[in-house]
Amino acid sequence: MSAPVTRPAPVPAQETGARTIDKVSWKSPIALGAVLVLYVLLMALAPHEGSARFALSTSRDFFQIPVFVVPAMTTAWLGAGVGLLVTGAAVLAARARRRVPLWWISVYAVFLLTGFLAWAAAGSPRDLSVVGLLSGAVVLAVPIVYGSLSGVIGERAGVINIAIEAQLLAGAFSAAVVASLTDSPWAGLLAAMVAGMLVALVLGIFAITYRVVQIIVGVVLNVLVIGLTSFFYSQVLVPNTEMLNATTRFPRLPIPFLDRIPVVGPVLFNQTILAYLMFVIVGVVWFALYRTRWGLRVRAVGEHPKAADTVGINVLATRYRAVLIGGTLAGMGGAFYTVVSINQFGREMTAGAGFIALAAMIFGKWDPVRAALAGLLFGFATNLQNVLSVVGSPVPSQFMLMLPYVVTLFAVAGLVGRSQPPAANGQAYVKE
Amino acid sequence: MSGPQPGQHSADRPDNPLDDALGKADPEVEPGLVEELEQEKAREEAKAVDETGDRWRDAFRQIVSGSWAVALGAILLAVLAGSILIVLTDEAVQESAGYFFARPQDTLKAVGEAIGGAYSALFRGAVYNYQADSFAAGIRSLTQTLTNATPLIAAGLGVALAFRAGLFNIGGQGQMLMAAVGAGWVGFGVTGLPIPLHLLLAMVAGMLAAALWAGIAGALKAFTGAHEVIVTIMLNWIAYYLLSFFLATPGLMQAPGSANPRTPPIAESAQLPPLLGERYPLHWGFVLALLAVAYVWWLLNRASLGFSYRAVGENPRAARVAGIDVKWSTVSVMLIAGALVGLAGVTQVLGTATTGFGEGIDAGIGFDAITVALLGGSQPVGVLFAGLLFGAFKAGGSAMQAAEGIPIEIVLVVQSLIVLFIAAPPLVRAIFRLPQPARRTTTRRKSSSTKEATA
Repeated sequence: MSAPVTRPAPVPAQETGARTIDKVSWKSPIALGAVLVLYVLLMALAPHEGSARFALSTSRDFFQIPVFVVPAMTTAWLGAGVGLLVTGAAVLAARARRRVPLWWISVYAVFLLTGFLAWAAAGSPRDLSVVGLLSGAVVLAVPIVYGSLSGVIGERAGVINIAIEAQLLAGAFSAAVVASLTDSPWAGLLAAMVAGMLVALVLGIFAITYRVVQIIVGVVLNVLVIGLTSFFYSQVLVPNTEMLNATTRFPRLPIPFLDRIPVVGPVLFNQTILAYLMFVIVGVVWFALYRTRWGLRVRAVGEHPKAADTVGINVLATRYRAVLIGGTLAGMGGAFYTVVSINQFGREMTAGAGFIALAAMIFGKWDPVRAALAGLLFGFATNLQNVLSVVGSPVPSQFMLMLPYVVTLFAVAGLVGRSQPPAANGQAYVKE
Repeated sequence: MSGPQPGQHSADRPDNPLDDALGKADPEVEPGLVEELEQEKAREEAKAVDETGDRWRDAFRQIVSGSWAVALGAILLAVLAGSILIVLTDEAVQESAGYFFARPQDTLKAVGEAIGGAYSALFRGAVYNYQADSFAAGIRSLTQTLTNATPLIAAGLGVALAFRAGLFNIGGQGQMLMAAVGAGWVGFGVTGLPIPLHLLLAMVAGMLAAALWAGIAGALKAFTGAHEVIVTIMLNWIAYYLLSFFLATPGLMQAPGSANPRTPPIAESAQLPPLLGERYPLHWGFVLALLAVAYVWWLLNRASLGFSYRAVGENPRAARVAGIDVKWSTVSVMLIAGALVGLAGVTQVLGTATTGFGEGIDAGIGFDAITVALLGGSQPVGVLFAGLLFGAFKAGGSAMQAAEGIPIEIVLVVQSLIVLFIAAPPLVRAIFRLPQPARRTTTRRKSSSTKEATA
């Protein structure tokens, strides 16, 4: 028993990083090329003739953009052509030992995605609503982004947080109960924050004070919270549904004027308060981590706790604070499920979002802004599946749902970009 | 710690052979030896300090400061917490608590009935149903416990083995699902094979699929440094969606002529035969799980491969210096661990759920296996008993749900609390006021003070 609990994690990452330095530059062209080959194979083996209809505006906009009708296969092959150009340029850049600029990859992604959408929507009588696709992506990203921020803050302080799923679920549960009792979504949000913080507190007590291996605590907390919420759900909530499990939801809060800008308006300025708060909090967390004394201390404690201790930083207190703040944020994300998305709690309703949040955090290289972007990307992938099933896509929905996990697998394997965790991540600190 | 100071102690007894050896050893030539001798001496002295002269009391102290006492304490605490949950949500208790101060005995009676009902149902479901007509019918509960324990033991072994090599395999779910794909496919897809061959082929296919799935995590860890926890979590979800795609696609694994995401039943020639006759659920999978326990014990304690795993688990750098191929160890231990978890999936598909399965075939066993491995202290025999305990909880939990209406999720709560408490021995010791065992840190401090004394 004591063997796995007290062993410090090996850190061989620095050596490999130094050794593979000239391989790094080849990763992007290889990845771009591999995706392109898959794309071309898909287009060539399963051509989809017809035209695709992209709807870009809603009825509320200042001016209407007509529905784009494009020939599907032409668009698809155009996407492939641009993809080939970018891949070729990336190969040249790699040979010149230069990095591939991010905007090249963005252009590549946009064209391939458009081509893919055109191919998928070809021949469908319905319009493919681009606005719906994007605004739905933002909605679905909300819990993922909050969860990934929880992970980022905790792990920057050196505490691995596998329990994001538990924090989300606890937040969803208490938001449902309190919002139902008080008829106020705000009270529910507050309760969710407290619940997320309580889960984080348990994580802190075991991981920081009792120095239990943090991954074990996280995994066990997930099981514990699933068990507790499901138990109370069947035992208490189901018999008293009207009183305890029927919430008032946050309404959509369109920002006047801005929400009527075509495309951007409905996507960004016609969301719920939780989504607006999300954008603000991402910025606040970024500022707090990189521009304040608190952030410097958190990062110091996560990279080299001994050094931080030497200069008088209270390592354990800093870690506790970071984990608790993270738990509060994840709790807010959990509130999304019961006071934004639908109006009641259901058994295990987070359905693995906590793990996607974890993936977003790694994909975002432990940086709040990048993690939020990764969260939006995963939200987009999830919503893409919803939208494609509406227009009747040929890709099985399971593969679309699998996508975020496959992408993360590539990310941690270092093919997409090296993800380096904070140096002291997962190591309990013992003051000497 | 009170008692004589170690430095003085050794000075009082110059006839200690360790001191003799310590005097002869040259710290310049063999620094490691000197340190080892000092530690050995400190260990001996620590024992001398602890001894009180009363043999029974010493024996008792040794028992209660061991990990068994902590495990027992953790189980007690978790069951207590579970009881509190049951009482709090019991309707009769809630009603009578409304007039607690008027008639407290009503509340106490309701509490007693809630707990008594719950635990008698647990016992009836997990060990022996004393309400049944005959012994043969009553003992069915025990065979249900053993049936539930079968996959828990097998998967727990997989997690424990990886643990010993320093790898945290939380991909049990994905590995079980892939085993179900492999074993199921051969189990209902292949026909016309004779009985032992078909069964064997299905088992090998399932275990191989799981081994390869876990091997991905091992290979990524060994060759790219990707953290196995993240990789196995991602592989869990990928396996889940892969299986649900297979199940939803006619011609792959969906039962012909059905729109449900379910497989056709397993061919009779590929089923694990019942162990005690048709009237009991127990099948030969349990024997396979016991064999797996023996195999893992042999591997870890008697085989050089297992020794290299433990060496890598204790200190990968030292293992590499000692000439152990750490990368190959990482990959091969994940392959074996995956095959063991795969055995769990195979026994589920070919033994327990032979009428076909859906995407929930893993039934949370992949995650339960982690708790089993932790409770069992990552030792094969410990895993066996932990698996039996959790199998009993599962069987009893279903009976509790059926008889008393207590949701089966209470089992999850109790299980996770057990592991949480087990993982933090200081907490359990503090709650039960158990004595602390002699800790490493005090030993080291003592040895450094003896170093000063001898210098």
